[in-house]
Amino acid sequence: MRPRVIISVVVAVAIVALLTFGLISKGNSRLADGQTAPSPELPKLEEHGQGSLKEYRGKWVLVNFWASWCIPCRDEAPELQKFQEEHAGANFTVVGIDTQDLSDDGSKFAREYGLTYPQLHDGNGDNGHEFGTTGVPENYLLEPDGKLAWDEPGPVDKKILEEHVVPLLPPTKKAA
Amino acid sequence: MSLRARLGRWPTLLAVLMALFVFAAPALEPAVATATDLRSILNEIEEEVMCPVCGTLLALAESPQATREKAFVEKLAKEGKDKSQIKEALVNQYGDAVLALPKSSGFTLSAYVVPIVAFIVAVVLLAFAVWKWRKVAGKGEDRRPDLEGPSDEDRERLDEDLARYDL
Repeated sequence: MRPRVIISVVVAVAIVALLTFGLISKGNSRLADGQTAPSPELPKLEEHGQGSLKEYRGKWVLVNFWASWCIPCRDEAPELQKFQEEHAGANFTVVGIDTQDLSDDGSKFAREYGLTYPQLHDGNGDNGHEFGTTGVPENYLLEPDGKLAWDEPGPVDKKILEEHVVPLLPPTKKAA
Repeated sequence: MSLRARLGRWPTLLAVLMALFVFAAPALEPAVATATDLRSILNEIEEEVMCPVCGTLLALAESPQATREKAFVEKLAKEGKDKSQIKEALVNQYGDAVLALPKSSGFTLSAYVVPIVAFIVAVVLLAFAVWKWRKVAGKGEDRRPDLEGPSDEDRERLDEDLARYDL
């Protein structure tokens, strides 16, 4: 085969590969059951320093993506706070991730609703995208090893939490 | 009744008003200019940053998140922060993706350099191709068969053809 033909083929293959990569990387695939959740270091919302979902390995974690500008999040926040008060312990916690939001707005929201569960700030929304979120609020229940057990692409309330989350959690002293 | 008595206090009031206008006008002018400057800074920034949730320029976005972002920009502008400081604050909040144009440093510099390099390479390749094409085309054009007669190659072929016929 002539060198010119080889070069043309290589260039064509490279262009096709580049386009394919572009298409694939644009895709926003949702975290699947059994898949390990991404847990990068993120700034803590109301404290200094960084935090990560890795810190909660060994516990069941209900990850709640929210934002202060999100209207359904206002109804959901008190429900999650109540759930945290009833079920949090050695085996479970809710973790909020304030996404694509101003940190001051997020802090104000957390104070307004009296949210006591840990809060991280995902300002650019990258962590949310890694989970495959398409908006806020979204909820993901992670097993103690960080794998996804259940998710809800929308707000949760007491009924949903009782039906889907409580049966999966190990009994705690508080819940018992 | 004298003129002064007829006019009463009007001349004094008029003089006070005129004095107020003369002194107050320069004071009002900067306030108007500041409001205009603020609006123009806001407009410029809104054209240069994104609404991360909407994926459009902030100037075009109307979502609740965009409203908060605009309020944040306005607050910083009112505090006297300049354009670059406001953009830096936005990057701290939303990351580099909030900038409509990539930064001209680090890896993102390639967004500016690569197109320029690609353009130069394309121009060089095109110039080379045109030069080569003209060289090849020129070989044919330079010949004048009507004056010079057939080329050696044509003459050879003609001889071969003639040799095939027994004339």
